[in-house]
Amino acid sequence: MDKYLWLIPALPLAGFLILALAGNHLGRKSVATVGAGSVCLSALVTFAVGGALLSGMPENAVYTQTLWTWFEVGAFNAKITLTLDVLSLIFVFVITFIGALIHIYSTAFMEADRDYARFFASMNLFVLSMLTLVMADNLLLMYLGWEGVGLCSYLLIGFWYEQPANGTAARKAFTVTRIGDAAMAIGLFMVFQQAGTLVISDIQANASVIWQPNTTIVTVTALLLLTGGLGKSAQLPLQTWLPDAMAGPSPVSALIHAATMVTAGVYLIARMHAIFALSETARLVIAVIGAATLLLAGLTALTQYDIKRVLAYSTISQIGYMFLALGVGAWTAAVFHFMIHAFFKALLFLAAGAIIESLHHEHNMFKMGGLKDKMPVVFWTFLAGAISLAAVPLVSAGFYSKDQILWYSWAADGGSPLLWAIALSGALITAAYTTRMMILTFWGESHTPIGHQPGKRMTMPLVVLAVFSVLAGFIELPHNFGHFTLFSDFLHPVLPQTIMRENVPSEWLFQLLAALATLGGIFLGYYYYYEKPARIERLRRNGLLVGLYRFWFSGWAFDALYDSVLVKPFIFISKINKSDITDKLYTGIAAMTGEMYKLLSKTQSGSLRWYIMGLVVGAILILGIQIML
Amino acid sequence: MKSSVSVEVVVLLAGLLFALGIVGVIIRKNIIFMLLSVEIMLNASGLAFVAAGSRWGQPDGQVMFVFILAMAAAEVSIGLALILQIYHQHKSLDIDNLKEMNG
Repeated sequence: MDKYLWLIPALPLAGFLILALAGNHLGRKSVATVGAGSVCLSALVTFAVGGALLSGMPENAVYTQTLWTWFEVGAFNAKITLTLDVLSLIFVFVITFIGALIHIYSTAFMEADRDYARFFASMNLFVLSMLTLVMADNLLLMYLGWEGVGLCSYLLIGFWYEQPANGTAARKAFTVTRIGDAAMAIGLFMVFQQAGTLVISDIQANASVIWQPNTTIVTVTALLLLTGGLGKSAQLPLQTWLPDAMAGPSPVSALIHAATMVTAGVYLIARMHAIFALSETARLVIAVIGAATLLLAGLTALTQYDIKRVLAYSTISQIGYMFLALGVGAWTAAVFHFMIHAFFKALLFLAAGAIIESLHHEHNMFKMGGLKDKMPVVFWTFLAGAISLAAVPLVSAGFYSKDQILWYSWAADGGSPLLWAIALSGALITAAYTTRMMILTFWGESHTPIGHQPGKRMTMPLVVLAVFSVLAGFIELPHNFGHFTLFSDFLHPVLPQTIMRENVPSEWLFQLLAALATLGGIFLGYYYYYEKPARIERLRRNGLLVGLYRFWFSGWAFDALYDSVLVKPFIFISKINKSDITDKLYTGIAAMTGEMYKLLSKTQSGSLRWYIMGLVVGAILILGIQIML
Repeated sequence: MKSSVSVEVVVLLAGLLFALGIVGVIIRKNIIFMLLSVEIMLNASGLAFVAAGSRWGQPDGQVMFVFILAMAAAEVSIGLALILQIYHQHKSLDIDNLKEMNG
């Protein structure tokens, strides 16, 4: 099946080319067919190739296909080589399968938009770039995809470019992720300088020969790569762009800012795990950043009123869980949570998009309410996503993936009780804001009349994703009950086993506490937003709490901090340097030339006698010099 | 046939004539006098050629003098024609009034 590998990225590429070159001359039907069809076909090819790969395991766990040589400089050559192992298969599966569902949804969601073809062209280009990122066999090609998804993210956040705020959000996303990308580029240079190659499998195989464990150089390299991941995955301190990125259309938020692109950092770290495994400091940094991010973003999500911003902060928080898992060495748990998160978060974003569209572009949850009976399909699917996000025990996929992370955050080699405590309180907060979002949106009185019901093309993807959000967890059950580890068994040829600490308490205890945290969070949300809404009013009178609320609402004032620390000084410096100090040298050379021209032009007097005088003096000088020498 | 005047004296005379010519070109304001001074310089160089030819017993010096004569004739005819034109246009032969091509 290796030889069909190229079809997976080639189909979205074909779709992009058709739509970009001829999109404006095609009818809406053909645009939708090309745009969604290309990704659907790509998903079918993925199923076929992936099925063959999984059934051929474990003898033949990697498919590779070299298409052509990109360029050769001296001993270095970069090839366009696609590779598919189980880790990239999971990502490719999520990208094409969820991508296909989101494309189908978009054909209805974007129906009325006048830039129908531009939307699908950008979406197809995104799918192509993301596939390049995860299927690349060397880091350079991966970086091409990495930049490609950044570009598409920029194009799609600013899709409705007529509102200046959307353009600002797009530029912010682009600039902030660029900081991470620059660090990652330096990281790649360092990897090449030390390993002499950028081919991922070579680096992975020889990492322990190239680098000594816990040396400064390997830590710096790992941290630079990590910074790239932090930018793309919206983790502290580069998380500020993701909430603003919600300016884009909802399918974009579902595909790019929930399911795929923002998890590129998780992929990068999992893919380069050999480097990270060599540096304890780097892993500790990942775990701490993940824990801090999940707590901070969770608390921010509690205070938002825009439904998409709640989901955005929730995404940041859930990716924080994945980073925490990567940091403690629970590689498969992170990838498992990535897959489950992609299902339920894409579902939540798509359902939120359906609600927002039906309510005439109303984003404010406090103006929704009472949608439970009016939009039953959206309600039930949203509920399936929400229980998965809140990790309701036993019945949701999110429970199985998050429970693993909670368990490993204590029990794995890099884990500690403190990390576990943060992750556990994060679980409580997640359940609380999810319940708050559900109650505000679907229960209570209706505040806005609904326009129209979402059509079949919008509800079908919701139902499919809802089924996955509930059932996908059963492919990996905890060790103490069921002990069914299909997912991690498949992944273990690529990712190492988690090293456990000794003398940890029973896993049952942790599961019980995680379940209690979830139920406690749900109860908190239920109590304050359904049972006794008056209590909230009483809390509002407390000045300290209001201050805290404002602080959390602004995303822990990170925007204000960056504004005063980075943006304002930059603008100040640019103002001083308006006339461009470095340019002074060049304008100086030009001015000096002008002055010298004026001096010399005085000798051009037009007086013949002066010219002859000059000739004579010159001749005498030359003769004099001749005689002297 | 032995020359009665030594060649050094003749070359010195030629140099003197040449210097006179140059000084004339520089200090004179009238274009006709400047042309005359140029002629003096030509003749000075011609004299130097003749003296040199006779010193080494070679005919080349006299051949060069004939060339210089022919060239001087051509130069004078063109120079006079130009002077005539200048006088027609500017009603003056003062070189200091003809400083149009400056700067």
